[in-house]
Amino acid sequence: MSEPVLRLEDVERDYMMGSEQVRAVRGVSLTIDAGDYVAVVGPSGCGKSTLLNLLGAIDRPDSGRVLLDGRDVSTVGDREATALRLRRIGFVFQRFHLLAALSARENVELPMAEAGVPSAERRARAAQLLSYVGLAGRERHRPPQLSGGEQQRVAIARALANRPALILADEPTGELDARTGAEVAALFQRLNDDGTTLVVVTHDEELAAAAKRIVHMRDGVVVRDERRGAPPAAGAGR
Amino acid sequence: MLVRLVVASLFGHRARTLLAVAGVAVSAALLLDMVMLSTGMSVSFRSLLLSRGFQLRVAPKGTLPFDTEATIADATATMRVLRESPEIEAVSPVLGGTIHVPTAAGTAASAVALGIEPRWQGDYELVDGREPGEGDIVANDALLVAIGRRLGDTLTIASGYDPQLRRFAGTRRVTISGRAHFVYLSRGQRAVAMPIASLQSLGGAARRDRASLMMIRARPGTDVERVRAWIAERLPRVTAISTETALAQVEERLSYFRQLAFILGSVSLVVGVLLVGTLVTVSVNERIGEFAVLRAIGVAKRTITAQIMAEGAVLMLAGALLGLALGLVTARYLNTILSSFPGLPQSIDFFLFQPRAAWTSLGMLAVAGVLAGAWPAWRGASLPVARTLREEAA
Repeated sequence: MSEPVLRLEDVERDYMMGSEQVRAVRGVSLTIDAGDYVAVVGPSGCGKSTLLNLLGAIDRPDSGRVLLDGRDVSTVGDREATALRLRRIGFVFQRFHLLAALSARENVELPMAEAGVPSAERRARAAQLLSYVGLAGRERHRPPQLSGGEQQRVAIARALANRPALILADEPTGELDARTGAEVAALFQRLNDDGTTLVVVTHDEELAAAAKRIVHMRDGVVVRDERRGAPPAAGAGR
Repeated sequence: MLVRLVVASLFGHRARTLLAVAGVAVSAALLLDMVMLSTGMSVSFRSLLLSRGFQLRVAPKGTLPFDTEATIADATATMRVLRESPEIEAVSPVLGGTIHVPTAAGTAASAVALGIEPRWQGDYELVDGREPGEGDIVANDALLVAIGRRLGDTLTIASGYDPQLRRFAGTRRVTISGRAHFVYLSRGQRAVAMPIASLQSLGGAARRDRASLMMIRARPGTDVERVRAWIAERLPRVTAISTETALAQVEERLSYFRQLAFILGSVSLVVGVLLVGTLVTVSVNERIGEFAVLRAIGVAKRTITAQIMAEGAVLMLAGALLGLALGLVTARYLNTILSSFPGLPQSIDFFLFQPRAAWTSLGMLAVAGVLAGAWPAWRGASLPVARTLREEAA
C-alpha cells in the first residue's frame, strides 16, 4: 500500500469569533489516498472549511498532526507551508477569487510564475489547461467578461497549474446556478477520472453524490465516513 | 508577472493612481524648487563673479565694491603699484556714475555709467559693434530704447549734475560704438560704458583720477590669497576682497534662503511619503481578500511585499518625473519674478537647475516612495490567511 496523500491524526482546532471561542474541529482523524475523491458535507458551521484549511496547510491545528505525503505540515514554517501550497496543493474557492485585472490565461499562469516556470512554458500550459476545462479561445478574457461557471473553470485551471498532488475545493458550486454547478461537478468528475485527488467541501448534493467517499461532519466531528465503491488502487492519482 | 500585477493594480484604479501621481508631482516640484533655491543663488553668484575671470576686487578701505559712493583716490598710482606684482595678470579699473541723455521727447533719461578700461573690462558683454574708444560709449538696449537711438548715432551726454547751480559738471558729444549686456546690472536698468578717462573728465574735479573699484585677475596657478595679502600690505588705503570671501559673505546672507528651502523641501518630502503611504494603505485594505487568496494558493510573502512596494515606488517615480517638469516650469516662473527685484543683477538665478541636485531629489523621492509602501506591504503580506478568508467569506 502506498503512502496516503493526506493523513489527519486527532486534529483539533479552535478559533475566536468575536469574544466567543469556536471549537471548529475536534479530534478528527482522516486518511485520503491518492486518486480519491472525497466530499466533506455537513451543516453550516460544522467545521468543514476549517478542516479544508487544515488539509491545505493554510491553518495549523492546535493539536494533532496533518501529514501531506507523509510529512507533518502542522509544524513547518510559513515559508515552507507556502511552498507546499504552491507546488503540492491546488485550491478552488466558492467565490472563484480570480484577479479581475488579469486575463484568464494570466490568472492560470500566476502560480506557475511564482514557482519559477519559464514564461513560454507557462503560457503553453495555461492554454492547455484552459482548453482542458473547456475555455479554449477565452484566454484573453478577464474575469468580469466571463460567466460564473467560466470563472470557476478558470479557477480550477489555476488550481491545476503546478500539477498538484491534491485539489481542495471549498463550496465550488456555491455561487453557481444548478446547470453551471452540474458542469463544474462534471469537470471535477473528469479530473478525478484523470487521476487527480480531490477533497471537496460542499452543500451541493449532486456534487457530493459524484464523490467516491463522503465524510459527514457535525459540530467539528466526523460523524460518518461513507465510501461509495472501491478505494482507489495503490499508485493511483497523479 | 510582478510587473503585470503592479500595472494591473495601478490601471485598475485609474482615478486614484492619477490623483496620487498628481499629488506626488506637486510635492516633487516643491522639493525640486527648494533644492534649486537652496543652492541656486550661491552657485549663480559664484558663476557671475568668476565669469570674467577676476578673482579679486579692490575697493576703498572698509567698503565693499559699489556698496557706497566712496572712490579710490590716485587711481593711476594705485594701478601702477598693482601692476608691479608679477602675479597679477590684469587690473581693470571701474568708475561708477550717472549720466543724463536727452531723449527724442525733449526730456532727459538717466543711466548708470561705468568708466572702464576697454582692454580689460569685466562689466559687460559686447552684443554688437565695437569696444568704446575716446569719444565713444557702449549702451544697453534699455537705454537705447529709452532715448530712441541706435548703434552709430552721436549724442550729447552730461554728468555731475549740481542741483544748486542747476548745471552739469561736464557734457560731451559721444558716438554709440556698441550694444552691450551689463552682467552686474538688474533687468531694465539703463547703462552705458566708456573709457574711464572720459567719465572722470565728465565728472569734473571731484572725479579726477578716481576709481570705484579695481578688478584683478591673477596669473594662472597663483595663490589668490597671497596676492590679496600682498595688496593689503602695499596699499593700506584700499580693501582687497577675494571672490571666495565675497561668496562667504553672500552665503551668510543667503542662509535664510537655505533654511527656508530645507524646511519646505523636508515638508514636501514628508507630504509625498504620507500621500503614497496613505494611498498604498487604502489600496491594501481594499485588497485584503485578494492577498489572502494569493497567499493561500502559494504566493510568497516576499512576492506580495514586492508588489505592494513596487506600486508605491511607481507612484512616487511617475509623480517625481512629472514633478521634475512641473518644478522646472514653476522655478522658471518664480525666477522671473524674483530676478525683477530692484538692484539685483539680471544674471543672478534664484533657481538654478543642477542635474545632480535634481537626480538627488528624485532619488530621495523614489526611496521615500519605496519606504512609504513598506509598512502597508508588510501588513498585506502578513495577513493570517485562514482568518482573513473566513472573514471575507462572512
